[in-house]
Amino acid sequence: MPKKITIEPVTRVEGHGKVTIKLDDEGLVRESRLHIVEFRGFERFVQGRPYWEAPVLVQRLCGICPVSHHLAAAKALDVIVGAGTGDGLTAVGDKMRRLMHMGQFFQSHVLHFFHLSSPDFLFGINADPAIRNVIGVIEHHKDLAVQGVMMRKYGQEVIFHTAGKKIHGTGAIPGGINKNLSIAERDLLLNGAAPLNADQMVEWSVAALDFFKAYHKSNQTMVDTFAEFESNHLSLVRKDGAMDLYNGVLRAVDTNGNVILDDVDCQDYDKYIEEEVRNWSYMKFPYLKHLGKEKGWYRVGPLARLNVCDFIPTPLAQKEFEEFKAYTHGKPNNMSLHYHWARLIETLHAAEEIRNLLNDPDLQNEDLVVKGERLDRGVGVIEAPRGTLFHHYEVNKDDQITMANLIVSTTNNNEPMNRAVNHTAKSFMNGQKEITEGMMNAVEVAIRAYDPCLSCATHAMGQMPLEMKLVDLNGNVIDSKIK
Amino acid sequence: MSNTIKFKIDGKEIVAEYGKTVIEAARENGVYIPTLCNFAGVPAKGGCRMCTIKINNRFMTSCTTPAAAGMEIENDTPEINALRKSIIELLFVSGNHFCPSCEKSGNCELQALAYRYQMMVPKYPYSFPVKEVDASSPKIIKDQNRCVLCQRCMKTIKTESGERYFAFSKRGADLEVIMDPELAEKMTDEIAQLAMDNCPVGSIIKKEIGFAEPIGTRKYDKEVIGTDIEG
Repeated sequence: MPKKITIEPVTRVEGHGKVTIKLDDEGLVRESRLHIVEFRGFERFVQGRPYWEAPVLVQRLCGICPVSHHLAAAKALDVIVGAGTGDGLTAVGDKMRRLMHMGQFFQSHVLHFFHLSSPDFLFGINADPAIRNVIGVIEHHKDLAVQGVMMRKYGQEVIFHTAGKKIHGTGAIPGGINKNLSIAERDLLLNGAAPLNADQMVEWSVAALDFFKAYHKSNQTMVDTFAEFESNHLSLVRKDGAMDLYNGVLRAVDTNGNVILDDVDCQDYDKYIEEEVRNWSYMKFPYLKHLGKEKGWYRVGPLARLNVCDFIPTPLAQKEFEEFKAYTHGKPNNMSLHYHWARLIETLHAAEEIRNLLNDPDLQNEDLVVKGERLDRGVGVIEAPRGTLFHHYEVNKDDQITMANLIVSTTNNNEPMNRAVNHTAKSFMNGQKEITEGMMNAVEVAIRAYDPCLSCATHAMGQMPLEMKLVDLNGNVIDSKIK
Repeated sequence: MSNTIKFKIDGKEIVAEYGKTVIEAARENGVYIPTLCNFAGVPAKGGCRMCTIKINNRFMTSCTTPAAAGMEIENDTPEINALRKSIIELLFVSGNHFCPSCEKSGNCELQALAYRYQMMVPKYPYSFPVKEVDASSPKIIKDQNRCVLCQRCMKTIKTESGERYFAFSKRGADLEVIMDPELAEKMTDEIAQLAMDNCPVGSIIKKEIGFAEPIGTRKYDKEVIGTDIEG
C-alpha cells in the first residue's frame, strides 16, 4: 500500500520544519519534501523604519547567527551612506567587524558540531535517541562537551567585546562601528586565563578536526556516500580567490569545478540570482538565472566555500584545505557529510583569524565611521556560517526603508537539502517494511549536515520538534512518530 | 515667620522651602518620586500620573500638590509602586514600544521605569495601534508609535521668538503630537539634539546617528533611574 511519512519537526536544527516522504505500493520513495512551516515577514515590517535601525532590527531574525544579519545589513547601509562596498571603511571599522564576524563563525560552527551533530558521530545514527543528544554527550564524553561549551563561550566573548552584547549587539553602524577594542579587551581575548585565550582555541580547533577525520577514517564509506549528489556551489571570495567570509565578489563553480559565475559585484546580485516560490514551503528556491530553475540551483555554506575558493589565507587552515582538496583530487566535493569536515576547517580558520586580528594595532584606532555621497540603494552580502547571505535595502529621501529583500543562507540551500532528504530516504527506506527511528534520524542527519536555520530562512518564530507520519497516497495516516 | 516647612515621606523628615511642590521638596531631600511628564520648563499638570503619592489616605499627584507642614506622605510602598507599574504597562500596551531596535534604548525613561518597577510582560493586552512615522524633517524623525503625549517637546522646544516646533493634533484617542512642517524643515542640529534629549522615550530621534553610542555605556545601562536623586 502506498504510504506517506512525515517527520515533524526536524530536530537539532534551528527553527521548525517537517519532512514528508511518499512511498509507492512497492515501498519505493516516490517523492520527498522538506517543508518549512514557519512564516515571519521581516522584509515587510522594516518598511517605513529609519534605515539605521535595520542592523539592530533585522538581526532579531535569529539568536544563533544575529551577527551575520547585523553585518550584512550594516554593509548594505554602508553603500547607502556613501561608505563604499566593503573597502571604504576605516581600518578599525573593517577589522572590528571582521573580528566580530570571526567570533560569530567560531561560536556558531562550534555550536553546530559539538551540540547538534556530535551525538550522531559519538553514538551512531541508530543509537537510542534518549542518549543521542547533547545531554548524552555531557554524560559520556565530558571532556569533549566541556571543550565545546568553552569554545562557544570564547566566540561569544569576542562578539561581546566587539558588538556590545553576546546576542543582538549594536557594534556595526552605517559607515563603520561604534567602538574600538580597548587594550584590556584585547589582552583578555588574546591571553586570557586558560582555556579562554586565542592559542587554546586554535589548539582545540585542530583537535576537533582530528576527531572528525578519525571518525571519517573509521566510517569512510558511509560518510562519503551519505547524501552525495552533484551540484553547483556558490560563495563570496576575495578578488584574488582567497576565502573571505566578510567581503568579496560572488563566484560559482559547477560540479566539475568549472567557473560558472565569477567576479560578480554584490550590488548586482539580482541580475544573476532569481528566487522561485513553491506552494508547499515558506522557503523560496534560489537559482542562477542564466542556468534556469532546473540546472541553476546551488549549494552554499562550508562545503561550497571550500569548493569555490582557491586558498585559505591562514596557514593551519590552508594545510587542512589542501588535504581536503586532495581527497577529491582538486574537484568539487559533493558529499553532504563533508560539510562537517569543511565546517571544522573554517572553525580553525576563524580561530587563526581571531588571533591575527587581536594582534593588529589598528583595532585601537579611533576613526570609527566614514560617510560620503548618500545613495538610495544598497546591497550587503556576507558569508554567514550557513552560507551566502544577501541583504538588499532601498531608502527614500526621508531616510525610511521602502524595500527590503533578504536571501538567507539556508534559503540558498533549500534545493540541496531537499535533494539530500530524497537521497537519504531512498537509501534508507526504499523497500523497507517498517520505518524505524534510525531511518528517520538518517533523514535528519542529512538535513543537519547543512546546519539549516529555518527561522532565519523563512523569517518565522521557531520551535524545534520533529514529527514523522506514514501516510498513504490518499493522505490517510498509517503510522506516525513524534520526537 | 519661618520660610521652611517640615513634613514626612515614608517616615523620613523632609525640610523644604514654603511654596515648593511635594516632588520638588522630595528631590531636594534625596527622595525619588518617578515622573515622565514633569520636566524643567514644563508647567506641572499631573498628566502621566507616575508621581502619584498618598496623602492622608488620598491619592494625589506630587508634581501639582504644594508641600504643607505636617503632611504624612506614602511614596515607596507596595500599593503605590503597583499602581505605578500598571501605568507603565498601560503606556507600553497603548503604543508600539519595541525596545530592541529603538535608538533610545538605554537612555529611555519609560524603559528605565519599566526596569525599576520590574515590569516583565504587561498584564494588559497590547493594542498594536497603527501609527505614523513622520520623517519629513531633515533633522529628526517623529515616531508616533512611541509617543506618550507628555508634552515635554511642546513646551520646551521653541524658536528664539518662542514659536513651538511641536503641537497637539486631533482629539481623544486619536490625539498626537505633530511637528510644524515649516519649522521642522529649518530645524538646527542643536534644536534636534535638544528635542531628542528632552523626549523621555524614542519618539523624537535625531537622524543619521543611530546606535553610535554603544550598549553598556548609556545612561540607564549604568544606573537605575532615580539613582541620581537617591544618591
